[in-house]
Amino acid sequence: MQRDPVVSIFHNGEPRSRLERVLRSGRFAVTAELNPPDSADPQEVYDAALVLSSICDGINAVDASGANCHMSSVAICALLTRAGYEPVYQVSCRDRNRIAIQGDLLGAAAMGVRNVLCITGDDVTAGDQPEAKRVFDLDSIQLLHTARIMRDYGVYLSGRKLTVPPPLFLGAAENPFAPPFDWRPQRLAKKVAAGAEFIQTQYCFDIPRFRTFMQRVCDLGLHEKCFILAGVGPLRSAGAAEFMRTKVPGVYIPDAVIERLKGVPKNKQRAEGKKICIEIIQQVREIAGVAGIHIMAYRQEELVAEIVEEAGLLPRPFRAEVPHPARERHLHRQEEPAR
Amino acid sequence: MTTILRNRPALLEKTYQIAERAAWTLNPLIAKIGYARVERLIKPAEDFAKERIFGCHHCGQCILHSTGMSCPMECPKNLRNGPCGGVRPNGHCEVKPEMRCVWVVAYENSQQMPIYGHELAQIQPPVNRRLEDTSAWINMLTGVDKHVPAGWIPIENIEVVQ
Ligand code: SF4
Repeated sequence: MQRDPVVSIFHNGEPRSRLERVLRSGRFAVTAELNPPDSADPQEVYDAALVLSSICDGINAVDASGANCHMSSVAICALLTRAGYEPVYQVSCRDRNRIAIQGDLLGAAAMGVRNVLCITGDDVTAGDQPEAKRVFDLDSIQLLHTARIMRDYGVYLSGRKLTVPPPLFLGAAENPFAPPFDWRPQRLAKKVAAGAEFIQTQYCFDIPRFRTFMQRVCDLGLHEKCFILAGVGPLRSAGAAEFMRTKVPGVYIPDAVIERLKGVPKNKQRAEGKKICIEIIQQVREIAGVAGIHIMAYRQEELVAEIVEEAGLLPRPFRAEVPHPARERHLHRQEEPAR
Repeated sequence: MTTILRNRPALLEKTYQIAERAAWTLNPLIAKIGYARVERLIKPAEDFAKERIFGCHHCGQCILHSTGMSCPMECPKNLRNGPCGGVRPNGHCEVKPEMRCVWVVAYENSQQMPIYGHELAQIQPPVNRRLEDTSAWINMLTGVDKHVPAGWIPIENIEVVQ
């Protein structure tokens, strides 16, 4: 399904990232989430990225999602750009104040990061260190606007000048499946006004709800001002689905989906989950205004490649043909003779 | 009493409008007496009323009328521009399951507020944390609550610039 290239009201120049290039060319984009390691070894990032790199246009580095501590998103992004991959840097408002965030945006851009996803972040109480202090100095909309000011006006929030502004492609998250439903499209309009050029949504399991949402979004003309990537992902089992919908903030899974998983024997549920995911991809692809998908496969990365392939989304366009020297070096480290 | 008020957003916004007008009318007098002195006098009453009715958190830069008379600082994430993605299916808060999400309330209320309801669409600038625990009424009169960081270019200006 081809779309007319969208000209952002904020940016008429060359695409700043490969992801932006794919989206602006009207192709259906694919991004995927990398499971952040609990490790100081860069190899774990490279191993995870290697699987994803050929099947998506951008790899999301999550910022302690679910308020559980992992390798920081800015560090993951730095490793990814070193290896020639295309990261999407997730910045949440939960752990850092405006001073830290602006510094990290500059640092990330200096390390070659071009895509940034500005999010509120799950509350500290959702994670394994609920005693922590929550920050939320900025909210996601203020964060977006701050990043846009840095980029377009070359200043910090204080007004102090940057010598070189960060050339960022700015994104935001949206959850069409959480109340207040009627307000969500207008709230998306707020994010677009604050500078969002692409949107990655929360897991989409409720197609009718998503359709209604997208209808309103199109009525407001927002699909022409930003690229909307629908969040999808495979459910591992009926039990995992039940866990996600009760324990993970913002995830809504209709009973019908859970019933369908329960309807097959335990050892077939994983395959069924994958099948549901592919069906959802095919359905959202047909919805007007959807520019791509964002795959979140918590602890099931191996499945992502199969899903993208079976959904007919390969090969991915604009892939750098020549392997990056740093990537070669790091990725083949394991083949070096033992010392 | 407070729940009766909480459930009447139209009445609340009218009260706010009257109070605001009164404050501006009295402003020259307040200026003469001295803002600091008046602040000391009215702060306890302001705190008392706002805490009971709105669960005020004393941010010192009140935007209640722009957020459906539902205090955004009551949101555990202090969001000023709308709900997070964690709102529960029943409309309750991700962090405090017993509390309705302040933004679900804000949206409902603003639908019933002919005067200020549309202001929910405004983009609110970052909070000035130095104003915490000062009188929002006085800050309104002195104008300090309108100060935004020097680099915060108002959204309205941006679309014109580009
Ligand atoms: S659910 Fe509502 S009140 Fe709770 S943290 Fe999110 S936005 Fe704030």
